[in-house]
Amino acid sequence: MTIGIVSYGAYVPRYRIKIEEIARLWGDDAEALKKGLMVYEKSVPDVDEDAATIAVEAARSAVARSKIDPSRIGAVYTGSESHPYAVKPTSTIVGQAIGATPVMTAADFEFACKAGTAAIQACMGLVSSGMIDLGLAIGADVSQGAPSDALEYTAAAGGVACIIGSKESEIAAIIEDTYSFTTDTPDFWRREGMPYPEHGGRFTGDPGYFKHVTNGARGLMEKIGTMPEDYDYAVFHQPNGKFPVRAAKMLGFSRAQIEPGLVVPKIGNTYSGSCLMGIAATLDQAKPGDRIFATAFGSGAGSDAFSITVTDKIEEIRNRAPTVSELIKDPIYIDYARYAKHKGKIRLA
Amino acid sequence: MSVPRFWRNLDSRYNLEGTHCTECGEYFYPPRKTCVNCRRLGQIEAYRFKGTGEIVTYTVIRTAAEGFEEQAPYSLAIIKLDEGPSLTAQVVGSPENVHIGMRVSSVFRKLGTDGDRGMIYYGTKFIPADA
Repeated sequence: MTIGIVSYGAYVPRYRIKIEEIARLWGDDAEALKKGLMVYEKSVPDVDEDAATIAVEAARSAVARSKIDPSRIGAVYTGSESHPYAVKPTSTIVGQAIGATPVMTAADFEFACKAGTAAIQACMGLVSSGMIDLGLAIGADVSQGAPSDALEYTAAAGGVACIIGSKESEIAAIIEDTYSFTTDTPDFWRREGMPYPEHGGRFTGDPGYFKHVTNGARGLMEKIGTMPEDYDYAVFHQPNGKFPVRAAKMLGFSRAQIEPGLVVPKIGNTYSGSCLMGIAATLDQAKPGDRIFATAFGSGAGSDAFSITVTDKIEEIRNRAPTVSELIKDPIYIDYARYAKHKGKIRLA
Repeated sequence: MSVPRFWRNLDSRYNLEGTHCTECGEYFYPPRKTCVNCRRLGQIEAYRFKGTGEIVTYTVIRTAAEGFEEQAPYSLAIIKLDEGPSLTAQVVGSPENVHIGMRVSSVFRKLGTDGDRGMIYYGTKFIPADA
């Protein structure tokens, strides 16, 4: 049975804050940070945007792009680490706002930055078993970084929705296979009720990101017998600009393969939306027959790797919704004070 | 806003669900069960508005009501939808960019919250159509 992406939709808030502006406040060296992180600015949600509104906008865009009847969606899974409610699903809000309710199942996912791809895998299972017709998997976040913490320079906002189906005539990108690599790694966490996450210092790089991304990616290529040169494009989770470039090099992918999906320098790390944003930006320009290799990473820690082949259908659906490059052009730059207001860091009496 | 009051109008707030009389062609938002023109001869059907329209007039809220303080200053506008009906809604973005006659389109946003423990209310706001 062929399983794949029937449609996709992205959303990035309009506001941006530059690295220089955050560094100005904390007395950090902006040039060194930009060089080190390969991130120049990050997206900031509006005062009335959260993971649910971003998920809805991305999902509506995905529905508009494919023109499917939303009542065919049998499952809505939203992955985020910034669900607006501790208890009450974001996915029910999304389901209602796209007209997919009431005959559908729904749940919220959480796996740091890879909850969105975990949702895709769940939808793949339900679709391939015949339990549902179409599944909607979303990764959306308004991620948190404590003031003056290193994460504040990259923790951004955005989301991507993918409609997963099995009707060959509807599939715009076939997902040939997926492979996950997961261990209990203390690289990043946020306790219940705490506003900001903590990170486990030295666990972030090699024991966290690189171990899981490279093992997940190699595992999938070994499983299906492919090599980096078999792919036209590659996307790796982008917590900053440096990590995906290094992971690509370690695995034998070229800079040209990852370039179209490398959106982090301009919008920052959209967490659950991060790898999916790279996949969306790549689908925005891929041609029928092109192959895309993607590996998402979530702290805690695990990776989900996907091997994707684009079909003729992509040309038909692509321009019915905004592309990632259209979404990120024409930003409104804000200062730290406005950023603090938008992020709810200012408490009114 | 009370939770039941919000829930009762959920589809209208989220998706601009209104009604349409197929007899005379008039559109209604909020939804009406009876056509004001055709009375008992009217044929009412559910209709989801496209979400595009024009600003008829607006005001800028600087001293916001409880629960809206964090959003101030914001624009509150009467928007005439392309199908005909008018509604009152917030226009997202800086108030200085808002003007009468401006084309707008609908977006899904947080309308407000009941403090730190209460519900989060979502619904429709508008952005400049060229955004």
